[in-house]
Amino acid sequence: MADLHAKSTLTHIQRLEAEAIHIMREVVAEATNPVMLYSVGKDSAVMLHLARKAFYPSQPPFPLLHVDTTWKFKAMYELRERMAKESGMELLVYQNPEAAERGINPFDHGPLHTDMWKTEGLKQALDKWGFDAAFGGARRDEEKSRAKERIFSFRTASHGWDPKNQRPELWNIYNARKNKGESIRVFPISNWTELDIWQYIRLNDVPIVPLYFAAKRPTFEWEGGLFMADDLPRLEKVLGYRPEIKERSIRFRTLGCFPLTGAVESAATTLNEVIQETLLTTTSERQGRVIDKDAGGAGMEVKKQQGYF
Amino acid sequence: MSGTDVIYQTEALIAEDIEAYLDLHQHKSMLRFITCGSVDDGKSTLIGRLLYDSKMIFEDQLAALENDSKKVGTQGQEIDFALLVDGLAAEREQGITIDVAYRFFSTEKRKFIVADCPGHEQYTRNMVTGASTADLAVILIDARKGVLTQTRRHSYLCHLIGIRNLVLAVNKMDLVGYSQDVDDKIIADYAEFAKSIGIETFTAMPISGFKGDNITAPSENTPWYRGPTLVDHLETVEVNSARDAQKPFRMPVQWVNRPNLDFRGFSGLVATGTVKPGDEVRVLPSGKTSKVTRIVTLDGDLEEAVAGESVTVCFADEIDCSRGSVIAVAANPPQVADQFETTLVWLNDEAMHVGRSYWLKLGAQMVSATVQQPKYAVNVNTMERIAVKTLDLNAIGVAEITTDKAVVFEAYADNRALGGFILIDKMTNATVAAGMLNFSLRRSQNVHWQALDISREAHSALKNQQPAVLWFTGLSGSGKSTIANLVEKKLHRMNRHTFLLDGDNVRHGLNKDLGFTEADRIENIRRVAEVAKLMTDAGLIVITAFISPFRAEREMVRGLIADGEFLEVFIDTPLSVAEERDVKGLYKKARSGQLKNFTGIDSPYEAPINPEIHIDTTVMTPEEAANVIVDKLLGDA
Repeated sequence: MADLHAKSTLTHIQRLEAEAIHIMREVVAEATNPVMLYSVGKDSAVMLHLARKAFYPSQPPFPLLHVDTTWKFKAMYELRERMAKESGMELLVYQNPEAAERGINPFDHGPLHTDMWKTEGLKQALDKWGFDAAFGGARRDEEKSRAKERIFSFRTASHGWDPKNQRPELWNIYNARKNKGESIRVFPISNWTELDIWQYIRLNDVPIVPLYFAAKRPTFEWEGGLFMADDLPRLEKVLGYRPEIKERSIRFRTLGCFPLTGAVESAATTLNEVIQETLLTTTSERQGRVIDKDAGGAGMEVKKQQGYF
Repeated sequence: MSGTDVIYQTEALIAEDIEAYLDLHQHKSMLRFITCGSVDDGKSTLIGRLLYDSKMIFEDQLAALENDSKKVGTQGQEIDFALLVDGLAAEREQGITIDVAYRFFSTEKRKFIVADCPGHEQYTRNMVTGASTADLAVILIDARKGVLTQTRRHSYLCHLIGIRNLVLAVNKMDLVGYSQDVDDKIIADYAEFAKSIGIETFTAMPISGFKGDNITAPSENTPWYRGPTLVDHLETVEVNSARDAQKPFRMPVQWVNRPNLDFRGFSGLVATGTVKPGDEVRVLPSGKTSKVTRIVTLDGDLEEAVAGESVTVCFADEIDCSRGSVIAVAANPPQVADQFETTLVWLNDEAMHVGRSYWLKLGAQMVSATVQQPKYAVNVNTMERIAVKTLDLNAIGVAEITTDKAVVFEAYADNRALGGFILIDKMTNATVAAGMLNFSLRRSQNVHWQALDISREAHSALKNQQPAVLWFTGLSGSGKSTIANLVEKKLHRMNRHTFLLDGDNVRHGLNKDLGFTEADRIENIRRVAEVAKLMTDAGLIVITAFISPFRAEREMVRGLIADGEFLEVFIDTPLSVAEERDVKGLYKKARSGQLKNFTGIDSPYEAPINPEIHIDTTVMTPEEAANVIVDKLLGDA
């Protein structure tokens, strides 16, 4: 940090970091009951690291909330517990009881799985604890409708998003004042790209789920995609048959529920190799996820209007 | 070197030496820019092209793009780059961009954030939003059409927001046969206009977003053009943050960092300048000075922090400093004032209310502010100054603003972070205006409060009562005056010192210059509120009977009166009942159109949401109502 010449113009990573920290501090100063949504993926990992930076030497003055679907990879649950311990932050886990009761799963229920566990689960969790501001790790480069979303994004009392009626956001001044029943979703890493995220993880040694790195893992093919058999007995139960398991060297570009997240065959076992592969790859990040394609070109936009993060 | 070569070399480096590639990219700087132009000037196509040429489009997106291009594209069988950036479903159908969208791409030297701004008149607010964070603006011109009204408007807005780097991209050169004459003519036209509004320099270049001319590589089609390509220029132009680092040190405090009794730090983003441990600093508005002892981050203490960094600063002394304070270099601090001349861009469907109290947020400072009638507005098409009574959606004007507390500020031209602000409607919480402080008015530095020896406590002690304001509100003919009279009589009998301010009576004297327009009604209430406030300082129980139809004004009064001394009394009479009584015959006149702006008829009444006292006159006699009010007042007092 003593390199004054390099400091006179900040690098893009330094500016993005400073912006995210500024946003988090604004929320903490103005919201009454903020929370950080923590999905255990790499974007969440970076967001958590930024939160620890923003308030150091204090602990981030809000809890972490994991809206769980019970279908996450085991390695994700492990990292979740570890990070909660390391950061000293309170970890809240919420599972939609109705989805649990009805046994909603991605194989039998398709889009309903995302709707019940994630969209409904998130709404219920925010209502349960009365959170008025929730940090999310969404990035504008992920998807078309995200590109138009404000950093402070308001939701109605029923958690709907109105893309045509967003507050103008000028300079770095954020209007965090809410009407009764409204809540805010705040996206501190809106302006980061996937490469920025990887770059930041590399520069700061941010702990991420090992599934991002290639390793020999049990896999099966399903509906044209390659998936990991993270919990074979459970998988068998919902599929109604035992899928053909084959050991392959795979990794994940994005992590969600294990049956919704496609794996890619890869030999990238180090961070540099992962980044290298990411840069040279020819498919975009979200392609591994089924959610965008649900409703044709407007998939995510429709989901967001319904309250999906 | 052509664009394709650059991509090829980059790929080779990624493949052969990823470590070297990442180290290279770690030291990139960042440039934020906006693109603006009319509906068909090709903004989305240009941005799509930049993403495409910098390899920000993946194969699956490309496949989807080719597919979409054939289905809904406007370029026949060729790739329609615009489809990459037109995100929302509604826009795809209409074929236009309707909101600010942010896009990202990088080259070897820089990361870029592009704000794609719509060209429609009704979306000025989106353009101002996009421009507020931009280092540079690309103004697109359709070579076939030349300088248009929208070109002028967008250039004016960029200049107004303080963007110094303007690129005039003469687009669609392929459609005019790459004619140098066409290019020259457009540049000459634009230069004349630019000069007239004070734009000192701009960089012009002939391009084709669709064909890729002069985007990443010099075009063979324009041998007469010797300037940089668009990407060359974007990669080398100076960014704002580099300039900000050269200015005096200022850091608005966002949050006081106090994990335990042994640590007290002040967290914020350095707006301008640099700071080091040992630096003498001054905290505004208190003006107290101290020395910086540490600059704390999770990665260890810093030897220096520069503009653009988020840090936590510790002082040698325990001085008053909290959210909204500004830490500055001691020898050269910013000013503090409460009256300003400002330039406002109105962003809300509801027009500005002269005299109404709005929240003003500047950095981390939040104060109440009232706006005077604009001195003038600017016609963004002709740049003429026009006389106006208010500012409507997308209007730009110059107006004076008064704040209820002193604000630490600098002129916007000198410091965006201390001179740019937003106005927020106190009722709807909407961001209604973007503002730029031009300068403070002398007045605010010359009018001081006269310190008085007999305090308000002394006044109220002598009268042996707690001062209060009973603020009656309700429709005309609801019974406000009748009940207010009874209340005052009762209090008088109980030896209380009271005064009744009645709507009609005040309009005969103090406010006889005011009519019944919305602006005049707001001013009427403001004056009454100030009088009521002086009377409570004198220890009196003030009773007011005004329709006071707007929630915002009643909240303004509440804010003016000391805590706990304001009681809102809602005289709740349904319109039908009030109209039937029609004691003064006013409803009849209003219905027949002889009386304009009559509350309940052609002007709204906003009922209180949570009044201290709620009187339903359909179930209570005036006598009973008066008893309820007196009991509530004295019970609370």
